[in-house]
Amino acid sequence: MGIIKSMKDEDFKDSESLELLKTSGHNFFLTTIDDLLNWGRSNSVWPLTFATSCCGIEMMAAGASRHDFARFGIEVYRASPRQADVIVVAGTIVHKMVPILKRLYDQMPDPKYVIAMGACAVSGGPFFYNSYSVVRGVDHVIPVDVYIPGCPPRPEALLYGVMQLQRKIKGESFTNPADQTDRIL
Amino acid sequence: MLNKEEISEIIRTLVPEAVFPEGTQLLEVIVPAEKIFPIAEQLKTDSRLAFDYLISQTAVDFVSKFTVVCHLDSTQFRHLIVLKAELVDRENPAIDSLTALYPTAEFFEREIFDLFGIRFNNHPNLKRLFLEDNYGYPLRKDFRDEVNIIER
Amino acid sequence: MMSEEIIKDVIVGENEDYIINMGPQHPSTHGVLRLEVCLKGETVKYLIPHIGYIHRGIEKMCEAITYPQIIHLTDRMDYLSAHINNEAVCMVVEDAMQIEVPERVKYIRTILDELNRIASHQLWWCAFGMDLGALTSFFYGLRDREYILDIFEESFGSRLLHSFVAPGGLMHDVHPNFQKRTKEFIKYFKTKLPEYDQLLTGNIIFQNRAKGIGLMSRETAIGYGVTGPSGRGSNLACDVRKIAPYGAYDKVQFNEILETGCDVFARYQVRMAEMWESMSIIEQLIDNIPEGEFTAKMKPIIKLPAGEYYRRVETARGELSVYVVSDGNKSPYRMKFRTPNFSNLFVMNEIASGYKIADLIAISGSLDLVIPDIDR
Repeated sequence: MGIIKSMKDEDFKDSESLELLKTSGHNFFLTTIDDLLNWGRSNSVWPLTFATSCCGIEMMAAGASRHDFARFGIEVYRASPRQADVIVVAGTIVHKMVPILKRLYDQMPDPKYVIAMGACAVSGGPFFYNSYSVVRGVDHVIPVDVYIPGCPPRPEALLYGVMQLQRKIKGESFTNPADQTDRIL
Repeated sequence: MLNKEEISEIIRTLVPEAVFPEGTQLLEVIVPAEKIFPIAEQLKTDSRLAFDYLISQTAVDFVSKFTVVCHLDSTQFRHLIVLKAELVDRENPAIDSLTALYPTAEFFEREIFDLFGIRFNNHPNLKRLFLEDNYGYPLRKDFRDEVNIIER
Repeated sequence: MMSEEIIKDVIVGENEDYIINMGPQHPSTHGVLRLEVCLKGETVKYLIPHIGYIHRGIEKMCEAITYPQIIHLTDRMDYLSAHINNEAVCMVVEDAMQIEVPERVKYIRTILDELNRIASHQLWWCAFGMDLGALTSFFYGLRDREYILDIFEESFGSRLLHSFVAPGGLMHDVHPNFQKRTKEFIKYFKTKLPEYDQLLTGNIIFQNRAKGIGLMSRETAIGYGVTGPSGRGSNLACDVRKIAPYGAYDKVQFNEILETGCDVFARYQVRMAEMWESMSIIEQLIDNIPEGEFTAKMKPIIKLPAGEYYRRVETARGELSVYVVSDGNKSPYRMKFRTPNFSNLFVMNEIASGYKIADLIAISGSLDLVIPDIDR
């Protein structure tokens, strides 16, 4: 639908997981209410301030004036998890931090999304071998929607990941809300 | 600023039992572990040496012994020495704490206790710093953790 | 008054402290730091920092990898002075193997160090202003930092963590445009740095929030091992570039900035003046880079001779020193990093007691902490 101009489907070259969702029967029959809700939800995802290490600097740079992510609607950083929509896990997660991350995720109200930013959050990154305290990937703790590789990923990569998340949100349906099995663990 | 020979002469007169190894990059002083506190106090209060800045304090695990290594610097003269003490007991290694002389030693010693298991006598608050309470001592050479470490 | 006594007895009691928790997830602690703050009303009585939420075990990992691989880990320790961290490790290796690096390498390493220092102070300034509520400084600082990151990206391919300074020299030669773009940046930034002063330094609200807050005497600074701009704000001359010069620092003239105020405003002024000094160092070096090789000849497998080696450098936050114990293999036997933020953090209990909670934010911003450097 043409309420806002967005990227064409063909331009997202590596979204095989979304194609899989389409063919396996994910509900793409959208009514007007669904359209309106999804338009509102996807264009104003508000993130939680959660940056552990180096990827936090690139997240800050993505919010600054050169790569401005306020254009995508994610400009307002909420400090409290009770008011946030998405948690962008940027940085390494270690064993001592796991209960806190889980508590923050539980405190966020539905619908909530998770973006794993950076190689450390995706799979442990440069600390995969020989480290005794790093969790190899944040999806051992919470279910992840979008993975952004890179060490650290460029701000443009973060913006691409956010656009993928917006597409995923647009595919949801009000009458059949996204249940946990849709998130690929 | 005094050079290595002058400093070692002064230390020899103050501390007769110190040992000076040869051929090292910086001047190293090995002292017996029981006497580390009075010796460090003398090094700090002597007006020709004036070692008032503890740069770092760490430990090394040679399999037969532990060595506690302190790098001392003087803000007045800017000469640098390395003070070492050796601990042979591997079950319950213990040594005196330098917190009364250098406030920053409190936290270096907590880190050594966390990672090596060496206890410090007269420490105001000897608790672990980085890791949880029931974890082992990871920087020891005989530490094995089959669950968490993926070796390569 | 009667109700005051009731409140005192019922809610607080005689010996109970009112303790709140700041962090680990907090917008102003700049990383995962947990501060347990004991309050009386709004005044801080004491505080206890808890760390370890980003302890990745870098020192243990170094015992299992080779020396050229270690620079990829030291990059991620204090990621805002990545070049300077790498330079410390490379200098230890070069000292131990008794290798002399070419002059070109020394000049380029020093220029990159100073660019990194400016970029780190820019990020400090924007985060400090943001913590105190001046959101405009966030955009000014990051706008100017992008120009330095462009220079880095053209030569090394990555913006933040480069791993460019390798044992023996550099990974490869810098881009031909490096000199021209650095000179353009210096010319541009000299017009922008007075804007920073217009925005914050002369602002009466900022001065009231910064002057007289967080007093740290010179003896406290020495006792707690505080170095870098935080120590120089208390009149402690601790610049390693002057005490034990390395790289090309003995060929340039620069001043060591010392302030006697001992408060948040003094530390702020030291960092602003250091940006001017860094630009002056770069100007002295940028036109005289000698031609030559970008690396000395190194063996394919680097094995340090048995012994102990030590080296110190001045990062943007203080003195970093590297202590290596080697037994002749291609991995170190023990590698210890003495990081500046570890010592800078624990002075906070001394200097923040007695002030209000809002001042605590200003004090921790003026100490400029990067938490992964504390935990390693």
